[in-house]
Amino acid sequence: MTRVHDLGHARAGDKGNISNISVTAYDAAAWDRLRRDLTAERVAAIFAAIGAGPVTRYELPRLHALNFVIQNALGGGVSRSLSIDPHGKSLSTLMLTIELPEETP
Amino acid sequence: MTRPYRIAAGAGFADDRIEPAVEIAEAGAADVLVFECLAERTVAREVIARREDPTKGFNPLLRDRMRAVLPACARGGIRIVSNMGGANPVAAARATVEEAAAHGLTDLRCVAVTGDEVTNLVRARPDLILTESGDPVEAILPDLVSANAYLGTESVLMGLETGADVVLTGRVADPSLFLAPAMHHYGWAEGDLPRIAAGTLMGHLMECGNQLTGGCFADPTRPEKQVPDMANIGFPIAEIGPDGALTLTKLPGTGGRLDRMTATEQLLYEMHDPAAYITPDCVLDVTGVAFHDDGDDRVRVTGAAAEPRPDSLKVLCAYADGYIGEGQVGYAGVGAVERAELAAKVVQDRLKRRGFTYDEMRVDLIGCTSLHGPGAGPSDPYEVRLRIAARTQIRAAAQAVGFEVRAMHVNGPTGGGGGSKPEVREVMAVQSVFLPRDLVTPQVTVLGVQG
Repeated sequence: MTRVHDLGHARAGDKGNISNISVTAYDAAAWDRLRRDLTAERVAAIFAAIGAGPVTRYELPRLHALNFVIQNALGGGVSRSLSIDPHGKSLSTLMLTIELPEETP
Repeated sequence: MTRPYRIAAGAGFADDRIEPAVEIAEAGAADVLVFECLAERTVAREVIARREDPTKGFNPLLRDRMRAVLPACARGGIRIVSNMGGANPVAAARATVEEAAAHGLTDLRCVAVTGDEVTNLVRARPDLILTESGDPVEAILPDLVSANAYLGTESVLMGLETGADVVLTGRVADPSLFLAPAMHHYGWAEGDLPRIAAGTLMGHLMECGNQLTGGCFADPTRPEKQVPDMANIGFPIAEIGPDGALTLTKLPGTGGRLDRMTATEQLLYEMHDPAAYITPDCVLDVTGVAFHDDGDDRVRVTGAAAEPRPDSLKVLCAYADGYIGEGQVGYAGVGAVERAELAAKVVQDRLKRRGFTYDEMRVDLIGCTSLHGPGAGPSDPYEVRLRIAARTQIRAAAQAVGFEVRAMHVNGPTGGGGGSKPEVREVMAVQSVFLPRDLVTPQVTVLGVQG
């Protein structure tokens, strides 16, 4: 099983009710894999568990990084949220738990 | 060749640690120290504080910070720029002059920058559309506490041009706090896009302080993510040249790390479209940015680009939106989750029997579902903490939440322990509108030594 955690690192930021989470690959091979398999759809499927979405993905090939902008991820925004983590700081680690499909030889 | 201008981060959030700024000041390692201390809802909190006491309404740690850094800054000729003025920059400047005088620094000049508060302008324009809800701003006017525009560099420049040692502002866009000193030092014009881009990128990377130098980064399970000497993380220092050439570094001997990995994480922090990061000074494009590790915690940054600044300013409108009530209690051992779930059901039944209703209620099993929702982790931990939080327009209903959760000590399933004190807090909601920038006029007030 390969998880995003094996391939790269992540950071979450908050603006209003939107969380953005970057994923940066550790190396070129990891970048190819993340770019191919860590799709907006795959991320949206996981973040649906906290009621979040839709998800937009931006690519930064020079930095081997992806940036996911996830709507409705912060329980109505930092000030109104009932969440124990209103800024969604911990959502970067939810991104890292995502499992990717195994590569076919 | 003259050395580049050095702009250091002194704080990256309202309650940030103070020692790293002191170390930079005492080492004389910067020309300007920038303290960024305003989150989205902070100004509204400060408006309420000011309403209760006209001498308050600025960052509660301002006096502590000034006491700690002013002597070294005065010795080294280091200027200070900060949005610690919150909702009351003039009172903040007065407090700063007092702290300086108490340390024998009687010739300190401090300037307050105001004009970000546009509450009356917004009240007079009920047709403005709230970006988030799409409703006219009229809908929240009865509960509006404050409306503050994100000012750009022109406001900070007005302060720096007075020759002040300390410039204190209210709401100013975070990158502008860092860009303005570079513009002032080198005489860059507002339309000089290559340099404005480089300086805005610098400000964006610096504004959260140690998030650039190893904070929010360590993962002990990955060899790539080790952070040395975390207890002593140093804050970042930007060296910016007359042409906008940018190198990031930190004080030698401090902990943490500054390299391509930490810089990339911070580049994308709170960024949406990387080709269009909107600030009051430009629309920044970071898709061409590259980080070059020079070793020894030095990173060269290239590739910033920008389009001209927008014609309107973003205005944050903060309004009272009821109350949140919250309580917690813990369960452990066999069947911990089942007992926590039973307790949650009993609490909800009792609140209903008492006739309370809620706009939104949330049941968390801390250790199980509280951060990433159901299904993310194992469903049968040894111990679990029940947390119930609910939002309502009625204070008594909010108070009842924590009250009923605490009652689980005696009136709930077996073995409920460690109930928390019931908590109630006022909700300060935030939405934004846009105002034409020519309606917003920054002003300065000089305190301390005149002329």
